[in-house]
Amino acid sequence: MSQPAITLYRLQACPFCERVVRKLDEYDVAYQSRFVEALHSKRDAVKRVTGSRTVPAIVDGNTGVTMSESGNIVEYLERTYGPSAAGADEDTATAGGS
Amino acid sequence: MDLPFDVVDLGAADHPTEGEQAPDFRRPLVTDEFWEDRALSELTAEGPVLLVFHPMDGAFPATYMYNELRDRAVDGEIRVVGCSVSSPYEHKTLIEDREFDVAVFSDPKNGVAEQYDVVHDLDGMTGVAEPRPAVFVVDEERVVRYAWVAEEWPEFPDYDELEAALDEV
Repeated sequence: MSQPAITLYRLQACPFCERVVRKLDEYDVAYQSRFVEALHSKRDAVKRVTGSRTVPAIVDGNTGVTMSESGNIVEYLERTYGPSAAGADEDTATAGGS
Repeated sequence: MDLPFDVVDLGAADHPTEGEQAPDFRRPLVTDEFWEDRALSELTAEGPVLLVFHPMDGAFPATYMYNELRDRAVDGEIRVVGCSVSSPYEHKTLIEDREFDVAVFSDPKNGVAEQYDVVHDLDGMTGVAEPRPAVFVVDEERVVRYAWVAEEWPEFPDYDELEAALDEV
């Protein structure tokens, strides 16, 4: 079985991470969770990927985007996978227009 | 062990044997940096795997098994993955303490041991079961190439035999 294109780095019970999870679920986007250390200084795996040790962080293999901070991520997910995302717009335009 | 009394006999196990397909399963796989759900079949697709079932992290047989595998540099010969009922947090400590290149599946409900028929119900710990000590060499086709399962408690793998089996995959 192939892995989902999106990897979410998260910490158990971190509310900012759960916020991102809710958004992914809302848009029905598949993702693979990677749970990391509570101890900030031990999160080198995240730092190697994003340049920072903060979670949540996502790596989106669909778009090549790597991003930290839940506010940014939620905005990105809305823009990329939400109902008014570019792809969704095109579909609507094709279906409804011309 | 040469003891002046009988050790606990676990009896024969009906586990998968050489030539049989190793049951597939998906559980959180813990590395030194994070844990994520992985399936055994995903790992074997990348190459042969030594699957090591062991008692809960911290019990001396778990420590002994990893130390022996480390001393024989088995991690240089094959990808080693463990499996116990301990939580990912305990696995992280184990990986750090044993200084051995291993990733460990976390299976608190012992379902993987059930699939492999290597369950050990623990006397004196109500409601707790874990795997018997066991090792399976599984090839790229997820076929069991070598299997050893403890029939006494405690009992340790025949490491020479295991190493000989590793030379064959």
